[in-house]
Amino acid sequence: MNGPRPYLRPADTLWWARRPYRAYTLREATGIAVAGYALVLLAGLISLANGEGAYDVWLNYLKSPWSLALHLLFLIAMIAHVCTWFQIMPKTMPRLVIGGRIVPQNRITTAGLAVAVAAFIVILLVAEWMQP
Amino acid sequence: MPPEAAAGVGSGEIAIEVLRYRSDTDSRPVPQTYRVPFTYDMSVLQGLQYIKDHLDGTLSFRWSCRMAICGSCGMMIGAEPKLACMTFLRDYHPGPLRIEPLAHFPIERDLVVTVGGFVKKIESIYPYLIPKTPRRLDEGEYLQTPMQLAQYESFSDCINCMLCYAACPQFGENPDFIGPGAMALLQRYNGDSRDGAQATRMELVNTDNGAWSCTAVGYCSEVCPKQVDPANAVNQNKTKSALDFFLRFLGRRAHSGGTASDGDAP
Amino acid sequence: MKRSVAPVFWLLFGAGGMLAALTGPALVLITGLAAPTGIGLSPDFMSFARAASFAKNPFGKLILFGIIALFIWHGAERIYLTLRDMHAGGRLALMWICYGTAGALTVVTVAVLTIIGV
Repeated sequence: MNGPRPYLRPADTLWWARRPYRAYTLREATGIAVAGYALVLLAGLISLANGEGAYDVWLNYLKSPWSLALHLLFLIAMIAHVCTWFQIMPKTMPRLVIGGRIVPQNRITTAGLAVAVAAFIVILLVAEWMQP
Repeated sequence: MPPEAAAGVGSGEIAIEVLRYRSDTDSRPVPQTYRVPFTYDMSVLQGLQYIKDHLDGTLSFRWSCRMAICGSCGMMIGAEPKLACMTFLRDYHPGPLRIEPLAHFPIERDLVVTVGGFVKKIESIYPYLIPKTPRRLDEGEYLQTPMQLAQYESFSDCINCMLCYAACPQFGENPDFIGPGAMALLQRYNGDSRDGAQATRMELVNTDNGAWSCTAVGYCSEVCPKQVDPANAVNQNKTKSALDFFLRFLGRRAHSGGTASDGDAP
Repeated sequence: MKRSVAPVFWLLFGAGGMLAALTGPALVLITGLAAPTGIGLSPDFMSFARAASFAKNPFGKLILFGIIALFIWHGAERIYLTLRDMHAGGRLALMWICYGTAGALTVVTVAVLTIIGV
């Protein structure tokens, strides 16, 4: 008689591409857009340090269809980031108890999204106010 | 009786494909299909019991209570971690319904997986109250307000079914990850106002195999049959561990609460 | 038990993530779409003179540094974890590549902001 021979199934190395983990992988991919946008700004800052000629090259790049399409993609990814960010936020907090009751996690998510929308409007208003 | 049942929908025969592993003869798991007659109210567990009673007595699986409280019958049902007793055959008609042992665990035989690693993790988190200041009997009971209870109550509902481990890809990557279930139990004690051993348990949380193996996938909480929300337990401990990482330089710990020290370890 | 170093990167990731959640969509809309096309904003919104005076202002420097560095650290953490999930390389190698790049770009940002002066 043989003793027990536990069988270890081979690991699935493509789990991140499959359901139900695909949504998680896409959520993580929004980080590429966040960092990508920062790189565009950094490129602008470097060209700014290199004088008006270099800066205008960067400004003209921003006006190119390529850049506009890229920023549209960034915008979509940023919005996805905002939504998923406030979805996980309640998971990273201790139970929020107000008035002896646990605040439901979706209430925390909604509050976070409301703050994000308010911040969006405030920043746009500041930009209007900063107009030349 | 639900109208569907009266109309005869959701009854009949379903093909159930079970991943078999007879450790004495099989070199690796192989699927085997059974045709099982079922009625509207039959659970997947009852389907397996039908196979064992009428078709193939050699099929092995764990079960006990049939009512989602013992945590024994967790398995992959249609590739999702579920309790066989609270999943219904009618939802998979006409099949084939694929049933496999819980993902990420070694298979002992058929649908039975090795639980030793999980039990060791449960043991490692000091799964009992270690009071801040032990009281004598004549000093009375430890008091707790409903608000203090609410902080950890859901984490005490865990039935150790291990569905969350089968749902966790990071446990699949790193079998030493303490994992969602044990972390929920850890938080059940660390979040208890009567407990004083937070600092001791945080040492485990702070390691790469503690909270930091988690990448906040969140699927563990989705599959939990008891709404324990283990993802919340792990991720609030990330926040605590991160604070602890820096606050220790200020000469105080995020969890200074306890008088518990090495003397409390078993 | 050995303490993980992950909290350092996780806090940078979290700070960048929160900043991006609150400012990201508006910033992309302003600097990437509205200002370049002149829709809703003056085409001179990001002119050389205006951008230079913003980058010379200490408060402007702080905003630029915060946004660029923290957004990069946020992305670096997510890219590192995803590459690790994908088994794209050894854990240590991926850490060096992702966090190393973020660290280098942080230094570059500080250097450029310093060169621009006040």
